Amino acid sequence: MILARVIGTVWATRKDEKLQGLKLQIVRPVTLDYKDREGFLVAVDAVGAGVGEVVLVVQGSSARQTSATENKPVDATIMAIVDKLDAT
Amino acid sequence: MYLARVIGTIWATRKDESLVGTKMQLIQPMDRFMKNSGEPLVAIDTVGAGQGETVYYVTAREASIPLRRALSPVDASIVGIVDTIENY
Repeated sequence: MILARVIGTVWATRKDEKLQGLKLQIVRPVTLDYKDREGFLVAVDAVGAGVGEVVLVVQGSSARQTSATENKPVDATIMAIVDKLDAT
Repeated sequence: MYLARVIGTIWATRKDESLVGTKMQLIQPMDRFMKNSGEPLVAIDTVGAGQGETVYYVTAREASIPLRRALSPVDASIVGIVDTIENY
């Protein structure tokens, strides 16, 4: 899983019908001290994260392993909201 | 599988329900000479690794196998603690 910050929301009316009702967020990978890294991802939000929160994003086929995203065309999912981290 | 060093712990109260009670660690990928290689990531820990220990981990969908749950959004999982590495 990677650390990322929620930096925006995506609205898309025309999409695969299995994606109806899912919330899409734009996330930017961050370092351990919450500084921005390169790039961004669109991820399905399975935990109700808000803009500005630091979250964990699961990628690849594992992104389909939540009740919200099972068997859906998804390759990135927000599956946790980070309270605190302690790194050396 | 890849080599890494455990560099910290991460707390997330709000997370996918399948991950409640699961320990997560911050790991720094390393090469076989124990040099850092790439960005740190978050992995679940099912073997009880401690801070500073050298471990090996699996990525992608296989990473959810150690949890033995039908659905668990995990793409990195510590599966062993390294005692020694011998390079030839």
